[in-house]
Amino acid sequence: MGGVLLRGFGWRHAGRRAWAVRGVDLRVEDGERVLLLGPSGAGKSTLLSALAGLLPEDSGEQEGTVEIDGLDPRKGRERVGIVFQDPETQLVMARSGDDVAFGLENRGVPTDEIWPRVDEALRRVGFPYSRDRDTAALSGGEQQRLALAGALALRPGLLLLDEPTANLDPAGATLVRQAVAGALDADTTLILVEHRVAEALPLVDRVVVLEPGGGVRADGPPEAVFAAHGATLAAEGVWVPGHPVTPRPATAAAGDLLLADDRLGLPPRLGPTDLAVRAGEALAVRGPNGAGKSTLALLLGGLLRPGTGRVTASAELAGSDHRAPPHRWRAPALAGRIGSVFQDPEHQFVTGTVFDELALGPRRTGQPEAAVKDTVAGLLERLRLTRLAAANPYTLSGGEARRLSVATALATAPRLLICDEPTFGQDRRTWQELVDLFADLRDAGHGVVAVTHDADFVTALADRTVTLKRTPDGSR
Amino acid sequence: MDNTTNRWRTIDIVVASVIAVAFGVIFWAWGLVWSATEGAFAFFPPAQTLLYGVWLMPAVIGGLVIRKPGAALYCETVAAVLSALLGSQWAGTVIPQGIVQGIGAELAFAAFRYRSFRLPTAVLAGALTGLSAALFDFFVWNVDYALGDYRIPYALLTIVSATVIAGAGGWLLTRALANTGALDRFPVAQERALI
Amino acid sequence: MISIEPVAAPGAPLARRNPVAKVAAALVFSFILLATLDPVAPAIAIALELALLPLFGIRYRVLARRALPLLLSAAGILVTLVLFAADRSGRVLLDAGPVLVTTGVLLTALGLVLRVFAVALPGVIVFATTDPTDLADALVQNAKAPARFAIGALAAFRLVPLLGQEWQMISMARRARGVDAGRNPVAKLRLFTSTAFALLVGAIRRGTRLAVAMDARGFDAGTPRTVARRQSFTRADALLIAGSIVLAGAALTASVLAGTFRPLIG
Ligand SMILES: Nc1ncnc2c1ncn2[C@@H]1O[C@H](COP(=O)(O)OP(=O)(O)OP(=O)(O)O)[C@@H](O)[C@H]1O
Ligand SMILES: Nc1ncnc2c1ncn2[C@@H]1O[C@H](COP(=O)(O)OP(=O)(O)OP(=O)(O)O)[C@@H](O)[C@H]1O
Ligand SMILES: [Mg+2]
Ligand SMILES: [Mg+2]
Repeated sequence: MGGVLLRGFGWRHAGRRAWAVRGVDLRVEDGERVLLLGPSGAGKSTLLSALAGLLPEDSGEQEGTVEIDGLDPRKGRERVGIVFQDPETQLVMARSGDDVAFGLENRGVPTDEIWPRVDEALRRVGFPYSRDRDTAALSGGEQQRLALAGALALRPGLLLLDEPTANLDPAGATLVRQAVAGALDADTTLILVEHRVAEALPLVDRVVVLEPGGGVRADGPPEAVFAAHGATLAAEGVWVPGHPVTPRPATAAAGDLLLADDRLGLPPRLGPTDLAVRAGEALAVRGPNGAGKSTLALLLGGLLRPGTGRVTASAELAGSDHRAPPHRWRAPALAGRIGSVFQDPEHQFVTGTVFDELALGPRRTGQPEAAVKDTVAGLLERLRLTRLAAANPYTLSGGEARRLSVATALATAPRLLICDEPTFGQDRRTWQELVDLFADLRDAGHGVVAVTHDADFVTALADRTVTLKRTPDGSR
Repeated sequence: MDNTTNRWRTIDIVVASVIAVAFGVIFWAWGLVWSATEGAFAFFPPAQTLLYGVWLMPAVIGGLVIRKPGAALYCETVAAVLSALLGSQWAGTVIPQGIVQGIGAELAFAAFRYRSFRLPTAVLAGALTGLSAALFDFFVWNVDYALGDYRIPYALLTIVSATVIAGAGGWLLTRALANTGALDRFPVAQERALI
Repeated sequence: MISIEPVAAPGAPLARRNPVAKVAAALVFSFILLATLDPVAPAIAIALELALLPLFGIRYRVLARRALPLLLSAAGILVTLVLFAADRSGRVLLDAGPVLVTTGVLLTALGLVLRVFAVALPGVIVFATTDPTDLADALVQNAKAPARFAIGALAAFRLVPLLGQEWQMISMARRARGVDAGRNPVAKLRLFTSTAFALLVGAIRRGTRLAVAMDARGFDAGTPRTVARRQSFTRADALLIAGSIVLAGAALTASVLAGTFRPLIG
């Protein structure tokens, strides 16, 4: 069970002029494993929501039809299991076991059967803790696995996964992929959205590429699709295997010291760390989930007060504040010197439209209005967000939100830019644009620190890499 | 928008609960940021009464956003249970207190048969929830205080504060929330320009 | 950080009782005590509550920390009463303009402060020993509360610690984007308001997504729900409620016998 049939399907979100997805004709048979591709904003997440019956009639306008085993997906939900991109918002209960049991209770599974099924689902995804583990104490990767267990326990005929490994460290991503591979029954249909094609290929036997304007661009076995359309797809933003990206090594030696840490830490989130960032250099920070990378980024960005050690800014970076550490600087001064991009793009947003979001920093640092307009227009253009200037930042697709959050930090042209996972969930084209953007900044003498799990990004851009280790007690 | 049936959708239940819970957290943060002034309120009781309306906001906002019978009562009750769980100074007694306060706002929405959610309704809801709160305190907590100097002014101030802060303020806040697009799946969401 | 975790030793005989029974017992106890304004009944009640504390598996230190806000309200009561007491009989202790302190005033104040403690402590004790998940389960299974509402509220409760973290994130985001208040109290208040507003908006968005995730797992499917965790309401639970009525009644009776009883109404 789990056959999908789409006929001329389209969906337009309420408040939007453009269709998120349109004119999709697609038939997926029982037991097929499909990789759904398409550039950022092509409507992949929207399509998955439609298949899961999660686009309420009052939240937009539909065209054409969707059927799961001949039923409207809003009625046939018991056949479908979905794992969203953000695991945190899909955990419902406080204890891990209860969370997996939640779906079973809703389906009216008899009490005696619930716990064996919960245990089996947890075992299949390799969940390392007991059922009583507090869901709030799980790292991102563990939450992702738990969410997967919650979907699998329902024994869905159709499993929908939306970028299930974004934000995971490479080891965690491998584990989740293994969990998916091991958890699928022979007749389970899988539809997977994942930008990094090479990693997803072992899981699938068919590739469907959405065309941004509407319709399906290519459909078939992976080798055939990539042989026929590889070059054009790569140019449009699909991560086609075998099409390398352009590396951007530094063109000049690194310049003066901008920021130095001395035994900087914040127990229990981050142990003491030494680090130095120079002008004209791109520094990558890597390490497993929970190692404290984001904490380090916040400390470097002057947003958290250090628990141990200190951050020293060079006189050049600190300007009039050279006596105080960055976390004591006034915010407008800070924003003009050190730009921070948060791991969760939505944490970055403080206004109601994409335009205001970009204009905020320049206005706060005292730029004249005409210059603000120019800066904003330039960034919108460069990151292909012009069409969305009036949109609410919270309604953007995953990739669009990520681009906007990077752009907000660039808007004040800070001397030092600190980015937390700047490239996750990006299609190939945006990815390359981000690499170029950071490389240009670096070559113009700015310092760039990027926290990342993305090995390609490190290879293409980083001049130096610092790897954090997880503290032995798991920080908790 | 499905406002014809009284059945609560999942989103109605969860968002109503979340509004209540978020207010609980905001009160908590208020204490964190202004722990100094909190102490000052203990020594200047009338000021506490002026802020009373803030505690009654979940009832009015819940009613205005969800627009279903029971929403005001539900929000205020959940907020009360939360503050009991977080360890409020009144502990368990906030629960019946929350129920009583919620009933006040609920009556106002019921008086308009859950059809009107405009400013006058919101103000009435604020006033009635203030009235019920004032009555509860009048009889349960304030009996030993001077009638003319304290009990009556306290009750009146509670009602005024509830009318202004919970009623009018709640209405404004609901409108501001709708403008952010967060309430797009609720009837309050205004028609917005297409992008 | 905000925490909604219970703090008691889970095996304690009374902490283990059905959550609905515990809450009911606390409410009944509190409400019976509300009926009087004298100091004797609450004093007896407090003694009883403290004596029962070990049965709930709470250490006195923990209770003291949880009950700290009560001290603040006690101070408030004292001041308010000195300024606004209805009854100023008895020997005059201090006379300074509007501030007239008499033995009557102090006695009333003592009564009220004890009353606040006596009424609030049962709730503090019960909620300190109750897990929200168990409470929701028991409300559905033993108190016939509608399951969708109890579970929906429970899911929202899980967000509480997350919203606390969110508050920090929002504040940091504002700082990173060049928005701060410095030392100006008006700007501080404005920043607080806008942060609170952002938290509310974020919470509603989270709630919306959570509702979608719950529906994705069949929450609203209309199929009758089953329960994974059984809560039972036993004779011991009924006895707990009965016991709390008896104890509160005993405190009142003692106060009547001692001739100090002052009913709330009348
Ligand atoms: N709730 C919403 N309200 C309004 N517009 C939306 C909403 N969700 C998505 N959109 C818009 O619909 C379009 C498609 O979004 P969708 O999230 O489906 O893209 P996607 O293919 O998953 O992209 P990505 O790879 O970046 O995640 C985007 O332009 C986005 O801005
Ligand atoms: N606000 C917080 N309060 C308490 N602990 C936290 C907080 N934020 C993170 N932690 C904990 O601190 C540790 C380090 O977290 P951090 O987010 O810095 O890790 P990370 O290296 O960025 O991980 P990831 O790769 O998953 O993003 C983790 O164990 C995390 O659970
Ligand atoms: Mg997406
Ligand atoms: Mg991180």
